[in-house]
Amino acid sequence: MTAVAQRPVVRVPARGFAAANPVAKLGASALLAVALVLSLDWVSASVALALESVLLAACGVPWRTLWIRTLPIWAAAPFAGLTVLLYGRPEGRVYVSWLLVQISDGSVELAIATVLRVLAIGLPSVALFLTVDPTDLADGLAQRLRLPSRFVLGALGGLRLVTLFQEDWRALELARRARGVADTGRVRRFAGQAFALLVLAIRRGSTLATAMEARAFGAPVRRTWARASRFGAVDAVLLASSGLIGAVAVAASVAAGEWNFVGGG
Amino acid sequence: MASTVPAAVVARGWGWRHAGRRDFAVRGLDLAIAPGERVLLLGASGAGKSTLLQGIAGLLGGEDEGEEEGSLLLDGRPATGQRGRAGLVLQDPEAGIVLARVGDDVAFGCENLGVPPGEIWPRVGEALDGVGLRLPLDAATSTLSGGQKQRLALAGVLAMRPGIVLLDEPTANLDPVGVREVREAVERLLDRTGATLVVVEHRTAVWADLVDRVVVLAPGGGVAAAGPPSLLQRDADRLAADGVWIPGRAIDLPTWHPTPGGPLLTGEELTVGRGGAALAEVGRIGVRESSALAVTGPNGAGKTTLGLTLAGLLPPVGGSLRAGERLAAGRGPEPIRWRSRDLLSRIGTVFQEPEHQFLAADVAAELAVGPRALGLPQGEIDARVDELLERLGLVRLAAANPFTLSGGEKRRLSVGTALATRPAVLVLDEPTFGQDARTWRELVLLLRSLVDDGTGVVAVTHDEAFAEALATATLALPSRTVAVPA
Repeated sequence: MTAVAQRPVVRVPARGFAAANPVAKLGASALLAVALVLSLDWVSASVALALESVLLAACGVPWRTLWIRTLPIWAAAPFAGLTVLLYGRPEGRVYVSWLLVQISDGSVELAIATVLRVLAIGLPSVALFLTVDPTDLADGLAQRLRLPSRFVLGALGGLRLVTLFQEDWRALELARRARGVADTGRVRRFAGQAFALLVLAIRRGSTLATAMEARAFGAPVRRTWARASRFGAVDAVLLASSGLIGAVAVAASVAAGEWNFVGGG
Repeated sequence: MASTVPAAVVARGWGWRHAGRRDFAVRGLDLAIAPGERVLLLGASGAGKSTLLQGIAGLLGGEDEGEEEGSLLLDGRPATGQRGRAGLVLQDPEAGIVLARVGDDVAFGCENLGVPPGEIWPRVGEALDGVGLRLPLDAATSTLSGGQKQRLALAGVLAMRPGIVLLDEPTANLDPVGVREVREAVERLLDRTGATLVVVEHRTAVWADLVDRVVVLAPGGGVAAAGPPSLLQRDADRLAADGVWIPGRAIDLPTWHPTPGGPLLTGEELTVGRGGAALAEVGRIGVRESSALAVTGPNGAGKTTLGLTLAGLLPPVGGSLRAGERLAAGRGPEPIRWRSRDLLSRIGTVFQEPEHQFLAADVAAELAVGPRALGLPQGEIDARVDELLERLGLVRLAAANPFTLSGGEKRRLSVGTALATRPAVLVLDEPTFGQDARTWRELVLLLRSLVDDGTGVVAVTHDEAFAEALATATLALPSRTVAVPA
């Protein structure tokens, strides 16, 4: 009756940046991403990636876990690179030309820059967010960033339902087999099942709303927070280091004459 | 524990109609509940018990939610807008939990009420103690048993220090251990705080000696009867006819001695589980013609998984499950390899949550789904649907949307969907949840008649009386899950 929810959060002793406030982790990822999407060159991305290896080591996630959880990024980066390699704007010497495919000096360089960039943005984001607990993030968003608590807590409560939806989906599948309608019409059955899940989701959502209101959610008083979301030294260090990584990466690229501002064309 | 001021409830000609419904859920209700009084609220399904609790909890209100008549006062003021004065625990243990960690979940109500942070954690500790939940504050709420979840919901209510505690069938979905845990926690809570109590429950025996007064709501509106708990005995016949469970009184059933026939399903060294992970080692198990097997055991023991495996919906994780030749009737020996359509006349399944198996827009069409998939002629389909509507007491709901039925009606309909194709084996998961004494009795008689006609019935159930009334054999699965900290 009760399946144990597999919590996506990696529980580690709060060492290094794992102990940072989720809002600081969010900010650090954003700083790196902004610095790296401004230009499409290989220098800024590789400098950032090199410096980030220190950041990754300080994230407090065991290397094995980090490797497994970042696999999708390691897989996605070469594909992004390949696309740019084949279809990127031709420049310099052209090596292959076949229909729309053109591999040139320019597209090779852009492809390398793309692969490095996907890794440089993706790896630290995943490493930082692996240790973010949704409840702590909600606390941070509401208390530090002053987002409306109704919205933040509603989303947090809804998140818990996701596990239930997965169980619902499996049960719906079995029930359709039991009712003799699972042999044919795969597409139509999928659509029907998706609709049934939607109906169940709405019902579960309104039950959750009742449960939350029954616990005085939305009471006309100023809400307090049992868990104070604090900003400390580790958060300052995290934000400063990611800001520094971004700045050094941009500076190195400009100095090397490779800066290639995306908006500048 | 700091004392609370118990709350008083007064309803004067009160009524509520949910938006989009034609009939009032409650109408013309006059009722006064004194501070500190403990009330057991009864009434046939559909009499508006849950609506009244939500009204007292201040959860009804706003033009878009429905229409109100008369007045419902909590401490002399309208119940709406007095959040935190009343604490409500719902029937579904899953529904009451808001947050992922035990401590945070209990603290949630206090935060919403604006309790100073320094005062919240002592309150959380007291509340968890009060309901006897000794778990770390960071234990994951998702790993708790049903009884623990209900006690957690109770702790969340207790931490808000409400003047009145409202319980809506809090033990209906629990195993006997869970029922005992919750009942004890409620008693301790009331003794410590002196709060007023209103509890809705079909199974009156759980609460009869805890309450001061019994109130029976009339289906059309108003109060049908009210008085001390002895009312249950004095008015026993009339109340029983309305479906109320009378404490200490067994449901009247004829004696019954079915004679089991040949094997339908046989499991050898059977291990069941999901996605390849073993959940319960069952060993040898058999389902025979004209027999009823009750599968019992605590929450989390793997009863539902065993039921789904026997039903040919999940593959065995270990060992084998084979259908006898009469059941297989030309198909292979392994039910999991049968086509979906082949299952219809061989093994029928009634799911724990009826809503998972509904496919049609109205009750009659729902019953026709299986027979139609079998390709039966229209006349035969109509005859089967009409017969089932009649037997399950769903005639007047034939055109209703299955999702709008009450809990008990949904469950009867889900039983009907399986019966419509006349399967040789019928697997039911908690078929008596939410049934009042009358529909419970009808269900037992219906299943007995199926067994008499040769059906092999498998019932996964917490309901000891049901197992006793029906089972020709019982399989008790041992406990295996424990709550673990996150």
